[in-house]
Amino acid sequence: MKPRRGATVPLPLLTPALLGLAFLLLPLLALLVRTPWRSLPALLTTPEVWDALRLSLLCATAATAVSLLLGVPLAWLLARVDFPGRALLRALVTLPLVLPPVVGGVALLMALGRNGIVGKWLDQWFGLTLPFTTTGVILAESFVAMPFLIISVEGTLRAADPRYEEAAATLGATRFTAFRRITLPLIAPGIAAGAVLAWARALGEFGATITFAGNFPGKTQTMPLAVYLALQNNPESAMALSLVLLAVSIAVLAALRENWLTATN
Amino acid sequence: MTRPAPRTRRLLQVTGAGAAALLTLGACSSDSSGSSPDSAPSASGKLSGTVTVFAAASLKESFTALGEQFEKAHPGTKVAFSFAGSDSLAASITGGAPADVFAAASAKTMALVTGKKANASAPVTFARNQLEIATLPGNPEKITALKDLTKPGLKVALCDKSVPCGAAADKILTTTGVKVTPVSYEQDVKSALTKVELKEVDAALVYKTDVHAAGDKVQGIDFPESSQAVNDYPIALLKDAPNATAARAFIALVRSAEGRTTLTEAGFLQP
Repeated sequence: MKPRRGATVPLPLLTPALLGLAFLLLPLLALLVRTPWRSLPALLTTPEVWDALRLSLLCATAATAVSLLLGVPLAWLLARVDFPGRALLRALVTLPLVLPPVVGGVALLMALGRNGIVGKWLDQWFGLTLPFTTTGVILAESFVAMPFLIISVEGTLRAADPRYEEAAATLGATRFTAFRRITLPLIAPGIAAGAVLAWARALGEFGATITFAGNFPGKTQTMPLAVYLALQNNPESAMALSLVLLAVSIAVLAALRENWLTATN
Repeated sequence: MTRPAPRTRRLLQVTGAGAAALLTLGACSSDSSGSSPDSAPSASGKLSGTVTVFAAASLKESFTALGEQFEKAHPGTKVAFSFAGSDSLAASITGGAPADVFAAASAKTMALVTGKKANASAPVTFARNQLEIATLPGNPEKITALKDLTKPGLKVALCDKSVPCGAAADKILTTTGVKVTPVSYEQDVKSALTKVELKEVDAALVYKTDVHAAGDKVQGIDFPESSQAVNDYPIALLKDAPNATAARAFIALVRSAEGRTTLTEAGFLQP
């Protein structure tokens, strides 16, 4: 149903709605007002900023790829296979959605750190250490972003009719062929929406990254970290960096709204 | 046209009541803490109420001890601390946070407050801090000097240059020409130290006092070059202090012989 245009809005609804709108938009407006527009080009063309932006885009994209590779099969498992403890597993998988990201970073250190329960062996057997590396950033971002993809894909899978897959099975297709040829194209819009959400979440990731991967320019310093540290001694530069992240996020959400979210409804 | 009018009125009434309630709350809270500076100017007046102290994170252990001493010496008083990075504390103070005392980890961060004229007394240096190399207990990497931090394969964490401990480390490394490539520039001194405690790095340049506070979880290694970047810790009474009288007494305690002993025990140097 389309909302009616020009419908009368009761005042008790309109007033809080407008207040809510003002509350959400005011900080963004303030950022635009206080941004040092004149020195913006100089602030944004420093190599540090480009390093951080490049690294942010690279890591967010890699984290989305990891999420797609592991998250889509996991979402399929949760939506299509009935097994004991499935509800609990689903809750655990989506835990990073509500977990403070710093906690996620601490947990990653305990698991994959140089002295972590798995990381210790990675270090001893392969000489592989993950903290303080770009791979560490990608892992931290994947940890917080993958649940967004899983939720989106699982929801789409539940809404998709399983009879197409059953029909393919009666025609002799294996379950994997049915997944590849029938299910995947069917849920493509949901996967795309989930991927964009995961990408945006990975791009904004701060807590888990600084805790697990540390902060080193060009290697682990992503845009949110650069913003946070710039705020300590150069607020103008922090504002300029924030503006870039804001622009990228708005572009992503606008694209998402137009192309994918409406397509899945 | 006739129907919305009473609705509007009711909405306004509700909003008005809410605003009135908020105003009352505000009045109450400023009343309870704001009356003390005017009511207790006499020298014999007994100290009371809460002293709110904003102090650098590195002062946590020593100031908590001093706060307990203060509360014991003046029954009925309470010292409430907010420990954080000096930069963010200075930002809260100039942003209007109701605090009585500010103790910063560097003259630069204190200047953020004095620059906005948010202080009531001139800042006084009460302690000094210098860097030390923190490494794992038993010093498995056999670090004995600053230049050992350049050993290939050694993982070192430094503080970011934007925070005082990082500025001090940067100054030492620049003047000595020792080129350390860290794996990370941490956002504060405690997180740099934590990375050593968790064995994620082999060494970090942190304050001597933080090594002291960490007990036997890390080992500190002194190096002579640390004297080239010693941080001064200034303390000042704030302009809008809700409890100025008791706050003055707390500053006096920090600067007293008793306070000096507590700070020295924590690893601070005397100014």
